[in-house]
Amino acid sequence: MSERVISFSDAIREGLTEAARRDPSVLFFAEGVADPTAVFGTLKGIGDVIGKDRMIEMPVSENGLTGAAVGAALMGHRPVISFHRVEFALLAMDQIVNNAAKMHYSSNGRHTAPIVLRLIVGRGWGQGPNHSQSLESVFAHFPGLKVVSPTYPADAWGLIMGSVADDNPVVFIEHRWCHYVTEQLKATPEPAPLDGPKCLREGRDVTIVASAYMTLEAMLAAECLKAGGIAAEVVDLRVIRPLVMAPIRASVQKTGRLLTVDAGWRSFGVGAEIVAQVVSEQFERLRYPPVRLGLPDHPTPSSRGLVEGYYPDARQIVDAVAGMLGMTEADLEPVRRELDAALAGRKVDQPAPAFKGPF
Amino acid sequence: MTNLPNQTMQMTLYRDMLRIRLIEEEIAIRYVEQEMRCPVHLSVGQEAVAVGACAALRLEDRVFSTHRCHGHYLAKGGDLVAMLSEIYGREPGCAGGRGGSMHLSDDAVNMHLSIPIIGSSLPLALGAALSDSLKNNGRVTLAFLGDAGVEEGVFHECANFAALRRLPIVFVCENNYFSVYSDIAERQPARPLLNVGLAHGLHTAGGDGNDVLAVHRDVSAAVERARNGDGPAFLCFDTFRWREHCGPNYDDDLEYRTGYDIEDWKKRCPVAAQERRLLESGTMSQDDIAVLRRELTEEIDAAFETARKAPLPDASKASLHVYAGVAS
Repeated sequence: MSERVISFSDAIREGLTEAARRDPSVLFFAEGVADPTAVFGTLKGIGDVIGKDRMIEMPVSENGLTGAAVGAALMGHRPVISFHRVEFALLAMDQIVNNAAKMHYSSNGRHTAPIVLRLIVGRGWGQGPNHSQSLESVFAHFPGLKVVSPTYPADAWGLIMGSVADDNPVVFIEHRWCHYVTEQLKATPEPAPLDGPKCLREGRDVTIVASAYMTLEAMLAAECLKAGGIAAEVVDLRVIRPLVMAPIRASVQKTGRLLTVDAGWRSFGVGAEIVAQVVSEQFERLRYPPVRLGLPDHPTPSSRGLVEGYYPDARQIVDAVAGMLGMTEADLEPVRRELDAALAGRKVDQPAPAFKGPF
Repeated sequence: MTNLPNQTMQMTLYRDMLRIRLIEEEIAIRYVEQEMRCPVHLSVGQEAVAVGACAALRLEDRVFSTHRCHGHYLAKGGDLVAMLSEIYGREPGCAGGRGGSMHLSDDAVNMHLSIPIIGSSLPLALGAALSDSLKNNGRVTLAFLGDAGVEEGVFHECANFAALRRLPIVFVCENNYFSVYSDIAERQPARPLLNVGLAHGLHTAGGDGNDVLAVHRDVSAAVERARNGDGPAFLCFDTFRWREHCGPNYDDDLEYRTGYDIEDWKKRCPVAAQERRLLESGTMSQDDIAVLRRELTEEIDAAFETARKAPLPDASKASLHVYAGVAS
């Protein structure tokens, strides 16, 4: 395959198509599984490749059909269920938590439930309290579930295939704004094992751990911090559960400073778990108390007036790093200039200046 | 009654009910030893539904059950030692001691799962039926639920989807009128339970759940319809739980069932009714029944002893099998 630029959502579609083409046991469940939009285009055309009978139109019965997917998985199928928003999966928590997560354990290792639950996180354009929750820490709480949340297209492609191939229930969280991320693909990706974080950028001064859209903010912040003479290391979580701490530990061992950026609420978040593990085992290596960023303790408001400052962004990350490193305003000035240039024209409630609502 | 099963089948139905009765009465007796350290939901009095329904299935047909699963598991042919070992929390238990009495399963006989959350096993059964229908393999799935299962939203989700896709699934509702201490009259309006199935476009049938022949007839018809691609069914059988919701005792001193003629229900014992039928028709003699009881008692005593003597699982194994594909 020649080099080409691909978006995250196309990568998901192509990865799913390829996974289903290779394995005839793969089924797709979704509301509107074959409608004209096909879950933001991510399932478009798959039925033409693998046959319409493997595309199961899901009545608006989240718990029933998630359970049916688990039951079909028990009989040898590999269902992929897509929810247009994370919140719809909350109606299926009985099946996800009580049955899927415990299927292997409760049967003493005899049964498996290889299902993929695609949960899409909304943000912006007024999504509001019930259409924009990033609940990775909720799902990551349950032993037996795997939780995956990629940022970049090549990773999304590999990890969605890896999730389909995995013998466990996988909660695959896609940030809607990541769907617009593009990347130059050098080769056709292969299934990626669900093996944890990846260090995206090396640096000696501070470790920034983030996932999904927050990784993009962290990368922007790290790029701008360079102008202030700061080398930030950025670790993209990719796989939140099982949480593989080794790359994070290695980074903190080097930098002595840890900043976590949650896509969800800061309290009881993924960052809280990571900070706890680092403090417990690398206390003596820390040169500054770890800092956590994340959403403040209130639901997501709809209005762009109210949502101002709600989401952590590159500015907040830069400010946090400045505090940890004792940067002065003079140190920060070139960094802020870089930030201003990078963020010119950006609106708080849309993923890119060219974006037109709704979605 | 038309289409009476032949004599061998009639005796098998009796034997299977008697066996479940004797096993559960033995659990009740031995429970005081405090060695079975998990909840038990006995189905004494309800044996006809489990046995009549499972006798309508082939070995390759599937069963999914609830918290009150002993009878379903045994009627489908589940291994007795594995069941008792699970209740005793022992290593050879069907779930290795991870589940307890509410998680009975035996894949060798396609008794796949029992799930303690009301209604929670229904979609799993639905998915099995969906999988079988995609494979067009002629298998039928039977999903047991109680009267309270109909109160769960997920039942309606499953009934809707089963009817929509004409899946080979038979929902068998055991109406024992009580969810723990709560009377169905306090939980549901006064309408026939079967109407719920009708509203979803399911084939419906049912009635006396203490008559094993009636249950067997209705379930057999529904299973054959499902197998032939004529769609799913909702069957409802009225019966009565003799003992407490959870545990080995009688609890009618609590007076929560005073609106029901409990003694009459016990007079209509499903095991005794089938025994009378066999005696009256001359299919079995009192001596035959005594021999059968002795054989069953010997098997059951031996199974209890085997289970009780089996080792407890080692605590070091508690962290195994959280994820598939992970060695330890």
